[in-house]
Amino acid sequence: MKAMLEVTDIRKKFGTVEVLKGISLTARRGDVISMIGASGSGKSTFLRCLNFLEHPSGGSYRFQGEKLDLRKGPSGDLTVHDPKKLASMRSRLSMVFQQFNLWSHMTAKENVMLGPMRVKGTSRAEATERAEAYLAKVGVSHRRDAFPAFLSGGEQQRVAIARALAMEPEIMLFDEPTSALDPELVGEVLRVMRALAEEGRTMIVVTHEMAFARDVGNHVIFLSQGVIEEQGDPRDVLSNPRSERLRSFLSSREMC
Amino acid sequence: MIDWEIVVDNLPAFASGLVNTLILLVTVIVSGFAISVPLALVRATRSPYFSGPVWLFTYVIRGTPLLVQLFVIYYGIAQFEFVRSSVLWPLFRSPWFCAWLALTINTVAYTTEIFAGAIRTTAPGEIEAARSIGLSRAAVLRHVIWPSAWRRALPQYGNEVVMMMHATALASTVTIVEVMRVARDVYTNYLVLTESFGVAAAIYLCLTIGLTTLFRRLEKHFLRHLSRSDTSHTSGQRAERLNPKVA
Repeated sequence: MKAMLEVTDIRKKFGTVEVLKGISLTARRGDVISMIGASGSGKSTFLRCLNFLEHPSGGSYRFQGEKLDLRKGPSGDLTVHDPKKLASMRSRLSMVFQQFNLWSHMTAKENVMLGPMRVKGTSRAEATERAEAYLAKVGVSHRRDAFPAFLSGGEQQRVAIARALAMEPEIMLFDEPTSALDPELVGEVLRVMRALAEEGRTMIVVTHEMAFARDVGNHVIFLSQGVIEEQGDPRDVLSNPRSERLRSFLSSREMC
Repeated sequence: MIDWEIVVDNLPAFASGLVNTLILLVTVIVSGFAISVPLALVRATRSPYFSGPVWLFTYVIRGTPLLVQLFVIYYGIAQFEFVRSSVLWPLFRSPWFCAWLALTINTVAYTTEIFAGAIRTTAPGEIEAARSIGLSRAAVLRHVIWPSAWRRALPQYGNEVVMMMHATALASTVTIVEVMRVARDVYTNYLVLTESFGVAAAIYLCLTIGLTTLFRRLEKHFLRHLSRSDTSHTSGQRAERLNPKVA
């Protein structure tokens, strides 16, 4: 099957510290790729490099078969040469954040409507209809007129997922989507993500939820100190870790 | 005791003074707002080449008394022959223009800092989320940063409007017959305090009550997205401001 997103040899330096030392990844339609690793291993930075919220210091990108034209910016990091290309790529890779990052002055529904209206030029009527459908899909349509500050963490994250879905993206990026949630709220968000995976959506998920990586993902990548230490089928990799690092990482996970 | 006859006799004068006070206030607030918004955007940029000059402007204006600024514009500029012979002279000869200019420059300095402070405190995550769906820089500014910033700035902006309303009294020193000037005339004619400055104080107090009520309603509507704890946080001093005593 054709690759939707193919990144090769992504590197990222912060000053003199190299946090990503050449990471490659290929996502095909329907893939659910989990990225695991200790904090500081570079997994969130890598995910943020995928939509250029973080600018990589090196590497190449192929999105839907088309090579991205990258240029070195003044800081030495790479940027997409054509801002329109970047915007169009971003609109097709929507991201769900650890801290939800809902726009606080807009209601849940307005949060879901903004992207389609201002990026894709959807009419207000259609955006409203679509927002209501996606809010219903993630189970928060009864909260559509509430502002984020009045929603629970789990509700906020589900609205954020609806906001990402409303862009009708090719790939969804999840940056530790359950890490900021109270334990009793984690389940509701994971259930939504599992349902999305079952629909055949392409997802790249940075997570600490090993059960999700094992049961929902079809590929797992273990990152350690900026390199891919191990990757492959989650059932295989997580039950028979070959490297010492992954073994100790998994046993530390089991303890907590 | 209050001599109500004097009060009633001078009510028409106070009424026309009130009209002048309001004309000055409205023109100053409208033009001040229109100039402050773009300046605040420049002030809030990370580049010191852009934000530096704006900071210097607001610092100097906020660091000098408004009365001094008004006198420099009304009496000071007229000293220069080239001003008197320039096409701008009809403007600088007019007390209305000078009062409007001095008050506007002054409120622009404060309002710029209030808005810039609110822009700078926009949650970085909200900006990232906006960029992550492909919104352009201008669209992020228009739909995410500015709408949340002006709402956060509303309580402080309300204070600034009330302070400018009080500051219009200074226009009486350059011959504009607003409420304060009417009060002084009444005092000179009758040598009574309550019926002159007392009435002026009552008028200013009513205006203050009106403005604060208006802003409280606006806050109640536009800040309803903030939870209770957030609201108390925002009404604190987020934007940079020099000691108000020097204003």
